[in-house]
Order: sequence, then structure tokens, then C-alpha cells
Amino acid sequence: MEVGQMQRRLVDYTKTLFMEGFLDAQFLQLQQLQDESNPDFVVEVVSLFFDDSEKLLNDLSMALDQPNVDFKKVDAHVHQLKGSSSSIGAQRVKNACIAFRNFCEEQNIDATLRCLQQVKHEYYLVKNKLETLLRLEQQIVAAGGSIPTIEMGF
Amino acid sequence: MDSCNCIEPQWPPDDLLMKYQYISDFFIALAYFSIPLELIYFVKKSAVFPYRWVLVQFGAFIVLCGATHLINLWTSTMHSRTVAMVMTTAKVFTAAVSCITALLLVHIIPDLLSVKTREMFLKNKAAELDREMGLIRTQEETGRHVRMLTHEIRSTLDRHTILKTTLVELGRTLALEECALWMPTRAGLELQLSYTLRQQNPVGYTVPIHLPVINQVFSSSHAVKISPNCPVASIHPSGKYTPGEVVAVRVPLLHLSDFQINDWPELSTKRYALMVLMLPLDSARQWRVHELELVEVVADQVAVALSHAAILEESMRARDLLMEQNVALDMARREAETAIRARNDFLAVMNHEMRTPMHAIIALSSLLQETELTPEQRLMVETILKSSNLLSTLINDVLDLSRLEDGSLQLDLGTFNLYAVFKEVLNLIKPIVSVKKLHVSLNLAPDLPEYAVGDEKRLMQTILNVVGNAVKFSKDGSISITAFVAKAELLRDSQTSEFFPVPGDNHFYLRVQVKDSGIGVSPQDIPKLFTKFAQTQSTATRNSGGTGLGLAICKRFVNLMEGHIWIESEGLGKGCTAIFMVKLGIPERLNEPELAFMPKVPPNHGPTAFPGLKVLVMDENGVSRKVTKGLLVHLGCDVTMVSSSEECLRVVSNEHKVVFMDACVPGMDGYEIAVRIHEKFTKRHERPIIVALTGNTDKVTKENCMRVGMDGVILKPVSLDKMRSVLSDLLEHRVLFEAI
Repeated sequence: MEVGQMQRRLVDYTKTLFMEGFLDAQFLQLQQLQDESNPDFVVEVVSLFFDDSEKLLNDLSMALDQPNVDFKKVDAHVHQLKGSSSSIGAQRVKNACIAFRNFCEEQNIDATLRCLQQVKHEYYLVKNKLETLLRLEQQIVAAGGSIPTIEMGF
Repeated sequence: MDSCNCIEPQWPPDDLLMKYQYISDFFIALAYFSIPLELIYFVKKSAVFPYRWVLVQFGAFIVLCGATHLINLWTSTMHSRTVAMVMTTAKVFTAAVSCITALLLVHIIPDLLSVKTREMFLKNKAAELDREMGLIRTQEETGRHVRMLTHEIRSTLDRHTILKTTLVELGRTLALEECALWMPTRAGLELQLSYTLRQQNPVGYTVPIHLPVINQVFSSSHAVKISPNCPVASIHPSGKYTPGEVVAVRVPLLHLSDFQINDWPELSTKRYALMVLMLPLDSARQWRVHELELVEVVADQVAVALSHAAILEESMRARDLLMEQNVALDMARREAETAIRARNDFLAVMNHEMRTPMHAIIALSSLLQETELTPEQRLMVETILKSSNLLSTLINDVLDLSRLEDGSLQLDLGTFNLYAVFKEVLNLIKPIVSVKKLHVSLNLAPDLPEYAVGDEKRLMQTILNVVGNAVKFSKDGSISITAFVAKAELLRDSQTSEFFPVPGDNHFYLRVQVKDSGIGVSPQDIPKLFTKFAQTQSTATRNSGGTGLGLAICKRFVNLMEGHIWIESEGLGKGCTAIFMVKLGIPERLNEPELAFMPKVPPNHGPTAFPGLKVLVMDENGVSRKVTKGLLVHLGCDVTMVSSSEECLRVVSNEHKVVFMDACVPGMDGYEIAVRIHEKFTKRHERPIIVALTGNTDKVTKENCMRVGMDGVILKPVSLDKMRSVLSDLLEHRVLFEAI
């Protein structure tokens, strides 16, 4: 596939991610920060997000598995996850975290477990999408093209 | 005797009979020889003759017959045997050919006869075609006549010309003796002779409309032959001549309302006119079909032309009427304008003229009140003051109201402190309230914005009026004033059925309720409350004074502010609640009372806007830290990252110009760090600017940040442009509190 086609595919894919609410404008900001002095910025941030989130989700699972659930700790973890996801622009993960925190305040175990599942689900979805996106970008760069900037209407 | 081989004829040659035979034979032979020649000659002349073979045969037959007869000439006298031989041969041949010819003729004669029949057939056909041609020609002529007639008729829009022309042209085309038009009278009961061809001014012959012959004509769309003796046909004195045939046709008179756009009007209209045509006297002429058709077509055309003329007349009349109305309206408008101008002039003058003496009276009376007075004198002065105050209020009210009614009043919009308005109102009524021993409570909702955009003076006037009424009509008890932002659900009040306020982005609806426990209003008086000069007639109100204009003015103001005001009361003695909603704008930037208003600095668009600016970023969340670092690096800053508050305190130095910290850091409270930094750097110019990055949008966070001495608070997520402008603001002003 030649570079132009790959670029168009990347643009379309990115646009669908925005339309479906997986990413928001923050992600665009990140892309803007990537330049010659910082060519792998987005990849680095995304990888960091993946590592961070995996660890947090594990911690959350363990914390909610305890017989006496320490909601303060759970809340702290969710707060972290919310922070990371909003920094990267993972909108659906962030929204799930917000809901999670509300239930944490109520100290509702069943609801929080459900929320955890929801957050995990959203996280894996967005992880999948981001990996696809980054792979597309790598292909373009490997073929000698440059990554197109996305103009969003909102 | 010689022994010749001669044959002796029976008869002697010199007999008379023999002589005649001799001559006859000769002529027969001649004839027989000339017939073929003639045949050949004429056949050669004719172009085509299909039976040449027959001709040859016939010719041979005739020639041989002739030859036979010719040879007979010799056999009347003594002739030799040779001649006899020749004669016999000739006879034999002749016999043969004759038989053959006879046989052949059997075939040929029927053919020849059929040629004849075909010829006859063709002749008939030609005659028929001729007849048809004749017909077509006549039809074409008729068509031409119709077209010409139509053209003549339709070339004018004047009713009389149309009808006159019709009659004239018809008369000419069809060579009529007389042609007349009978129109129905207004009542529709009679037909009146309106136009004739010969007579110039037909004098009112009328005929009742319900004659059978007329009904017959009206019920058919064709031209109908009528008897010359019927009344409609007796239009021309025929004297001793036999009148010609008469034909009558109906002419529909179409009304304007019959013209619909999509379909041709059904002839359900009842009004017809009658056209009567008479053929010349004493002629044997009959009405022919095409002439009748012509007449029918013309009648239709006349109907159309007449209706056009009617439409034209109608529209001319309508136009004249409109023009008259226009003129009348114009004059009325001018008069109204003059009246308004006169009134405005009067008011302006009165305004000034009346206010000046009032002012003098009030001022001097109040001054007088301050001096030493006997009790009676004091009472008198107080009365004077009260009355003049009342009068002054009345003057103001009247002037305001007249301006409001004009529509010339416009709101003075501005940003003002909403809370202050309510406090002011309370202050103003405090004296009366304390005298009357009423209890007043003010309840402002927490979500009520502190500042709003609107007409402060008139809003205060409205609130004051409403509250004043509550105070006025309460002898004791309590008055409660509540103010809040009207929400969408509350807007579906039964009172406000015609009022649907829609809160928007830059405006909100302020709802104020003033509830008192005073004399109340009876339900049937409620509608009158807002009408000018109308007051409820109970004695209580009489004593309280007032002009009755206050609420009317309030209503005008409230309407100007796109709002609604109404009063609810359960009845006399049960108190009453006055409620109004007005639309106020939300000011663009909330001014902090402590900080000065900051001018907007245009953002720097260069990527490295802050080269080498040393910045410390403290954030426990790795991702968020990295993003912030990325932002700052992109802007050219030199970024140090720390992930805990202890590390932050350790690392921070006076080289760092700005410290960005996430406000909700567990462990050491983020706010504490600010305090510690303040302690560490006592001198102001050494201390880095401390900015909190927070995702919380409430006032508490902001207040806390301000309390601990942070220099700025920014909302996450931070975009590139925002970071840029934040940094430039910070470095310029050393302080930035983002509006939350």
C-alpha cells in the first residue's frame, strides 16, 4: 500500500475514534507536542499510560478482593487512573473512572465491582485502538511518509 | 368451247344482282382492310395497350375476311382454277383465324369489361373526394371566421364593444337578417333586449325568463332552432315576408368566483344570456351544421370575453377603493403622530415645570421639619411633606408610564452586583419596617450569580415597589423575600402559560418571590392589580394611599426585561405573594473583588516562547506528569520532574521560576507544600511562582489555594495554547486565578 493511502487510512481511523468517544481533544494536544526534538512523544506517553493502567487495575482488583475493602485506597487508585486517562485523552476510561469514584464514596461494593469491570473493559478497548493507531503510524513512518495532522471540527 | 379449267358460276355475270354483289364485296373488302389500319394507327397513338397479341389476331382475322371478300370479286365472272384455289385457301385460313379469335375473345372481353367497371368506380371515388374537399373547405372557412370573430371580440375589454362587435361580425359572416342579445335583469326573472344588430337603441323589450322555449335553449349547450313566432324571436318586424329560420344559443355569464385555478368551472351558474340569430327573410337558406357550430363557438368566446371585462372592471374598482383607503389611513396616521407629538411636548414641559416647584416644596418642608416647631406645626409640616412626596411620586410615575407606553423607554444595561441591589432594598425599607414592627427576611439562593447584566436602577425600582407594596399592605407579621435562579422545571407554572423562558448560555432568569401576611387580595381583583389607576376598593387600601400605578409600571419594566410578574393570593386576610421573573445576562468575566481586572495578553505563537525557563513539575501520576512535561518542553522550558512532595521540597531552588503542582497529592497535602515553599524563600523575588493544576472546579479548592498563598490555579486538562498564555500571564503579572 502506498504512503498516501496509508495516511488516509490513519486519518479515517483516528476520526472514527474521536466520533466514537474513545479519544478526546487532549489526545490531539499530545500529537501537537510531538516534533523533531521529541519524535516519539506520543508513543512514550501511550506506553507509559498502558504500564500505569495495568498496574493500577491490578491493584484495584486486589483491593476489591479483600474481605474488608479499603475504599480510601480504592478511591486513590481510581483517582490516579482518572488522572492518567484524562491526561492522555482516553475519554471513556475517564468517564468510567468518574462513575467509579462516585460509587466509592457511597462505599457500595457490588457497584464498585461492576465499575471495575466497566473500567477494565473500556481500558482494553482503548488500548486495542491505540495500539492499532500506533501501528498504522509506524507503517507510515517506515514507508517514508510523515504522520498527517488531524484537523477536527470541534 | 375451250377446255379450260374454269369454273362457271351459277349465275350469268351481267345480272344486276351480280353487279350489286360485286360492288358490295368491293366495299366490304375496303372496309375490312381499313379497320386494322385504323386500329394500328390509334393504338400506336395511345400510350399503353396491353393486348397487342389480340390486336394482331384481330387484324389477321379482319384482313383475311377482307381478302376473302376481295377474291369474291373475281369469282363473280369466269375465273380460273387458280383463283378458285386461292379463294379456297383464303377461306380456310380465314375460318381458322376466326375460330381462334373467337376462342380468345372469350378470355379478353371480361377483362375489357372489368376495366370499364374499375373506371366507373374511380369516377365515383373522385366525386366523393370532391365532395369531401368541399366540406373541408367550408369548415376551414368557418374556422377562419371564428378566429376572426374571436380576435375582434377579444381585442377589447369594454363590455359594450365586445357585444356590439360580436353581433356585427356574426351578422356579416353568416349574412344574417337580425341578431340580438337578451341579458337577464338584475332580479333574474326576465330577459331584457340589450343589443341588436339593426336597431340602434333597443327600447326595453323584456321577456319572462321561464318560458319553455327559453328553458330549452338554456338547458342545452348547442344552438337550438326556435320558432320565429316565439317572443324572443320577434325582434324584427318581418311584415309580409316569411321570416327566415331562427336559432338561439345560450351565453353563460361567468362570475369571478367561478374561476378556480385547476379546473374549468362547471356551468352550475344559473345566469345565461340569450343570443338570437335570424336568417334573411324570404330566402330558402337553412341553418347548416357548420354555421351552428360557429354560433356555439362564438357564444363561448363571448362568455369568456365578458368575464374578462367583468374582472377588469372589478379590479379597477378594487384599486380605486384601496387608493381611497390609503389616503384615509395616511391622514389618520398623520393625525395620530401629531397627537403623540403634542402629548410628548406637553409631558416634557410639564415634567420640568412640575418638578421644579415640587422639588422646592419638598426641600423646604424637610428643612422646616428640622427646625423648632410646635406639635401642631410639626403635624402640619409632616402632612405637607407627605402630600408633596406623594405628588412627586405621582408625577414621576405618570411620566415613566407614558414613556413606557410609547415604547421609547430603553433599559440601561450594565453589569451590577445583584446581591447589593437586594441589600439596598432592605436598607430602604428598614425604617418603615421597624416602625411597623414587621419582620423581613431575605433569602438569596447560593447559585445566584453575584454579578449580572441588566438595568440596575429599574430592577431595584421593581423590587422596591413589590416589597413596598408588601410592607404597605401588611399591618403586622412577616415578609419574606426569596431570590433564586429559575430552573426549567419550575418554569411550567400555571400562571406562566404564555411565558416560556429558555435559559441559555449567557443569560439566566432571576425569580423573586415576596410573600407577606397582610390583607391579601380577593381572587377576582387579581387581574385588575396591574391595570393603571385601578385600585381595589376596600377601605384598607384607601387609607394606605398610593396611586395604583406602581404595579402597572413594574409590569412594564418586567416585560421590558423579557419577564413576567404575577400575584397569588388565597383571599382577603390571607396575605399575598408577588412573584416575578426577569431575564438577566451573565457577565463575561467574573471580577474578583480582591484582584484587579487583568487585560488579556495576546498569546505568543512561537513554539519556544519561553526559552530556558526553569520549571519544576510535581505530579504523582506518571502519565499526567509526562504530558505536562511534554507541554512545557514544547514551549521551550527546562523542566525538572518530581513525583513526591518531599522530593519537590528537596529539589526546589531559586533557579526555578515556576512550580506546577498537582493540587491533590496524597501524603503531604499539596497546600502544605506551598506553605513550606513560602517559608523556604522569604524574599519574594527569589520565590518561584507556585501554580496548582487541578481537575476540581469548585470554589473551595480555589479558596484553599489562595489561602495558602499559591499564585495561581489552573484547570486540567491544559491545552498547549492555554499553557502558553498561562505562562505569559504569570510571568507578567505574577498572579493568575482562572475563573472557575
